[in-house]
Amino acid sequence: MSSSTITRATVTRRGDRVFSGLSRGAGIAILVILASVATFLFVEGRAGIFGDTEEMSGSDSFLGYVGPLVFGTVFAAALALLFAAPLAVAVALYISHYAPRRLAQTLGYIIDLLAAIPSVVFGIWGITVLAPLLTDDIYPWLNANLDFIPFFSGTVSTSGRSMLTAGMVLAVMILPIVTAISREVFLQTPRLHEEASLALGATRWEMIRQAVIPYGRSGVISGAMLGLGRALGETMAVAIILSPSDGYFWSVLTNQNSNTIASNIALKFPEAYGLDVNRLIATGLVLFAITFVVNALARRIANAGFSGADG
Amino acid sequence: MTATEQTLTSAASPSGASPLTAQQLSRASRVGITTASVLIGLGINAVLGEVRWGWVAVIAAPTFVLLTYVASRIVEGQRRAVDRVAAATATIAFLVVMLPLISVLWTVISEGASRLDGTFLTGDLRLTPEDLMAQRDGVAAGGAYHAMMGTLIITGLAAAIAVPLGLFTAIYLVEYGKGRLARAITTMVDVMTGIPSIVAGLFAYALFILIFGPGSRTGIAGGVALSVLMTPVVVRSAEEMLKLVPNELREASYALGVPKWKTIVKVVLPTAIAGILTGVTLAIARVIGETAPLLIAAGVAQSANYNPFDGRMTSLPVFTYYQYVQPGIPTEAGVARAWAAALVLVIIVAVLFTVARVLAWILKPAGLR
Repeated sequence: MSSSTITRATVTRRGDRVFSGLSRGAGIAILVILASVATFLFVEGRAGIFGDTEEMSGSDSFLGYVGPLVFGTVFAAALALLFAAPLAVAVALYISHYAPRRLAQTLGYIIDLLAAIPSVVFGIWGITVLAPLLTDDIYPWLNANLDFIPFFSGTVSTSGRSMLTAGMVLAVMILPIVTAISREVFLQTPRLHEEASLALGATRWEMIRQAVIPYGRSGVISGAMLGLGRALGETMAVAIILSPSDGYFWSVLTNQNSNTIASNIALKFPEAYGLDVNRLIATGLVLFAITFVVNALARRIANAGFSGADG
Repeated sequence: MTATEQTLTSAASPSGASPLTAQQLSRASRVGITTASVLIGLGINAVLGEVRWGWVAVIAAPTFVLLTYVASRIVEGQRRAVDRVAAATATIAFLVVMLPLISVLWTVISEGASRLDGTFLTGDLRLTPEDLMAQRDGVAAGGAYHAMMGTLIITGLAAAIAVPLGLFTAIYLVEYGKGRLARAITTMVDVMTGIPSIVAGLFAYALFILIFGPGSRTGIAGGVALSVLMTPVVVRSAEEMLKLVPNELREASYALGVPKWKTIVKVVLPTAIAGILTGVTLAIARVIGETAPLLIAAGVAQSANYNPFDGRMTSLPVFTYYQYVQPGIPTEAGVARAWAAALVLVIIVAVLFTVARVLAWILKPAGLR
């Protein structure tokens, strides 16, 4: 009798052990995959960083090669954030506090749909629809009236393959994620804070300024950082739209633009060979490091903010 | 709610409004303001030359905000005027964001529909001389059958890797994980969420040149690249769903003597299945349009390749990209194929989104609905 109890117990434990082993193994596999992403990029990219630059096209030091690309990446992403962040906050407020309650969920769903449109589609839309629209009047006007600002100087691109077009398309692409995160935190504002503010006679906008924005600020900032991370790594839209040149360019209206890391890889990788491949992989490692830092900052801000709001 | 000083002053105002309500902009005056701003937009356009609706909107929107402010300032006072400006700005921002969405969908449908025909769905890009001649005369030729098969195979492989991996990781985090390992995994899933898609492609390329030799591009490499992007999405959504399962269900199962793994398989997973399937569907929708990693890892081919372990494999997004940037002669034929492929992609994503919503609704257990 007692022996059968023991066998049953061991059988049960074996099933449990297999299952917990499987799930723990999956968790560990994630760690291994991430470690191997970094390792493989480093192993394959090392020759691109330290290798003989004579054997690479455009013989230059690695820093000289990756510098303009880093500049272009950060510039394009910053432009995108500049357009997207204010719009996203306004849209998130509209959905969370202004739109009719019954519509709000559908509107959020529509914004999510925007996030699901493939980047290559945004790319060809940007170059066939948006770019001609902008080059018609807006770019020449900016160039004619504001060319004392370095951003708007130079010869205006007639095809619209400029940094500003790329930045705008990137803005459209990161809007959904910034909006979604902002909307989430705005909706989490404690109801009592809102009601207290309204009960004291605040208008809706005053209530938002007194209760919603202070509560949601850190969430919005971390959402914007995540959007920035998305924009830094976005490839195809930039690859299709931007007309790249070597070097650093501040002007956003011309055909001469610093390329982004991701777009440079996409454009050159299919035809690259030899050490050029390694160098492109090394630039990928640099991109990985940049997005890693930005995303880590975003998480830190989010965590610090929420614990602060609790206290 | 608005019982402030204003209410008191308005009570004494000659309009004779109820003492409990402040004076408000009437509906008629708001309609008037809207009409006036559109008319001003039209008028300025007409004076400057031709009327273009984009510019009408560009002028009408700020005019509307300004007129609303002035009118509200006169009737309702400073604070209410600012409130109305904020509301108007938020609404306009929302409409502005809708524009690119509508424009993208409209362009893709109008440009893509013409080539979404039988030839497109069944043909590939291995064009015969007759096809090339026909193409030159403007007859539809060439298709994306091989790219659709490629997308199906690569996405299938990615899902086959990412779904079990992500699901088991989520089970570990919710049901087993305590302590340092679980915290490390949670952090790393966050890091993985932020991997740029092209970096995932480079990783898969670097991994598979060790196996298949330098310069190799294969379907499986594409699948692995996409699975790196897909796994964290699956983990996150599955984790959320498993956390929603009430603990009472688990305790009831334990109390009946059911072992832990059987509790998970028979009680926890069925309760959360709706949310998990929704999450998986959305994760597939997210990666099915990825271009950059497949450009790097899977490459491009002119005809169907059903073997993911040997040779290059085109997918729909890569097909779209190459047909657009290297359209061949005449250009229109390639560009039309690119738009048709873009339309197919958008339809697939829309269908997956709808399936996810329907699944969530159907499979939700009655208790949680």
